Amino acid sequence: MTIRLENVNYVYGEGTAYEIHALKNINLKIENGEFIGLIGHTGSGKSTLIQHLNGLVKATSGTIYYDDENIYREGYSLKELRGKVGLVFQYPEHQLFETDVFTDVCFGPKNLFMPKEEIEERAKEALTAVGLGEEFYKKSPFELSGGQKRRVAIAGVLAMNPKVLILDEPTAGLDPKGRDEILGEIDRLHKEKKMTIILVSHSMEDVAQYVKRIIVMNKGCVNFDGTPQQVFKQYKELEKIGLAAPQVTYIMQALSERGFSVNRDVTTIEEAKDSILKYLKNKKERGE
Amino acid sequence: MIRDITIGQYYPTNSVIHRLDPRVKLAGTMIFLISLFLVKGFTGYIITTIFLGAVIKISHVPLKFMLKGLKAIFLLLIFSVTFNLFLTSGEVLIQVWIFKITKEGVYIAGFMAIRLIYLIIGTSIMTLTTTPNELTDGLEKALKPLNKIRVPVHEISMMMSIALRFIPILLEETDKIMKAQMARGADFENGNILQRAKNMIPILVPLFISAFRRANDLAMAMEARCYRGGEGRTKMKPLKYKKRDRIAYFILGIYVIGVLGMNMVIGNFL
Repeated sequence: MTIRLENVNYVYGEGTAYEIHALKNINLKIENGEFIGLIGHTGSGKSTLIQHLNGLVKATSGTIYYDDENIYREGYSLKELRGKVGLVFQYPEHQLFETDVFTDVCFGPKNLFMPKEEIEERAKEALTAVGLGEEFYKKSPFELSGGQKRRVAIAGVLAMNPKVLILDEPTAGLDPKGRDEILGEIDRLHKEKKMTIILVSHSMEDVAQYVKRIIVMNKGCVNFDGTPQQVFKQYKELEKIGLAAPQVTYIMQALSERGFSVNRDVTTIEEAKDSILKYLKNKKERGE
Repeated sequence: MIRDITIGQYYPTNSVIHRLDPRVKLAGTMIFLISLFLVKGFTGYIITTIFLGAVIKISHVPLKFMLKGLKAIFLLLIFSVTFNLFLTSGEVLIQVWIFKITKEGVYIAGFMAIRLIYLIIGTSIMTLTTTPNELTDGLEKALKPLNKIRVPVHEISMMMSIALRFIPILLEETDKIMKAQMARGADFENGNILQRAKNMIPILVPLFISAFRRANDLAMAMEARCYRGGEGRTKMKPLKYKKRDRIAYFILGIYVIGVLGMNMVIGNFL
């Protein structure tokens, strides 16, 4: 599967006093099996962009291709597309409505008119993938903790067996433990099931740790598109648009400015550790 | 989608009408609405049309927005015009089978149509040029005397402003929940009425929960800031009449005299 966007523009409230040009001429290609981080300031058009990818919002102009098929073509089943491109909204726990966890997770596959056995199998699989055991199946979603609710909601999208999973700030408002668990589960889905993941996040640390490609949005345009190293190297530009590099990048920059020859472009703690240890080892060998 | 619904949509520009005291606009709208029912005959509408046109002109709101409100009453307008056109008895102009159009019918249909259109435009001018908050502020101040007969004016206006403030929030929330359920394959467009009603459950349950949560949060936030009703409560920007408000009242007075005078002139002629 590939998703391709060609000259996509989107204007909110066209012709009213509140007109906003939310997306300006977006050209993107998303390949199978990628793990993409989408970052940008609030109001930069991230959320609007991801809603285009499964056809929830129709572009004012431009075309989107899923597997080289125009999704705006007459007769193209957007419902099927939404089964293939799963979208988890911000605070997805607010969309839970059923009396128990299991039925709620079944809602997605049920809408795709699957046989009952398959629906239940998929729901079980999805709940296992987010780390919720059978003891949760019959509980009301409203007796769960925040982190558990969010996992039920993510499972609700996973149960549709999507090929692409888009998550809009899946860790907002969670404690560090809940955050690590959810991101770990997403990473596992990417590695084990080869799912394409698009992660919208405000945490540069999370993005740096997990994703392979970063897309930076600013005022409706794509400003940068590259690996975390390439993107965070331009931290001065990022700061201008209200973003930043991970803290560890700043530390390494500062170290190298003070004469320690460490790698300036690291983006994760792990890389920083290796780089510093290597430097120390070299120093020792040279007998300084 | 659902965002397109406009209820009391405010149009932000800077015009004299926007800056007027909301009480003037409330009173002006009331007087205008009453005047529409006082007018006798088409000639009486000349003054109303001039007045309305002038207000639209100085409000700097594009006419397109005023006419938007008419969409909502389009059916009602068609109904009232057709019924009046065909069911009024009098001098027959055209007759096709059992349908006949009378001279009186045409007259009344035209009269009613103008009245309805002016009613809607008149009220939309008020909502387009006044923020909901100003409106409730104005209402509270204007109705203050009713406090003496134990009408809880402050509480009513507070409820109104909270309700108004929540309309866009809940609309946005509905939009979001709808999209989230559509992302899970929900279908809100197909099926018969019963199915469609059933399909609304995944929207309504989360919406109600979120409305209660928001209400709870708001109550908490108000209490945390020591809100305790209207007694002894002061305003950061108290409403005060300025020179332009007095001028506006004066113009309103002239308009009323004009309408009544016109009526008398017509009355003498006929």
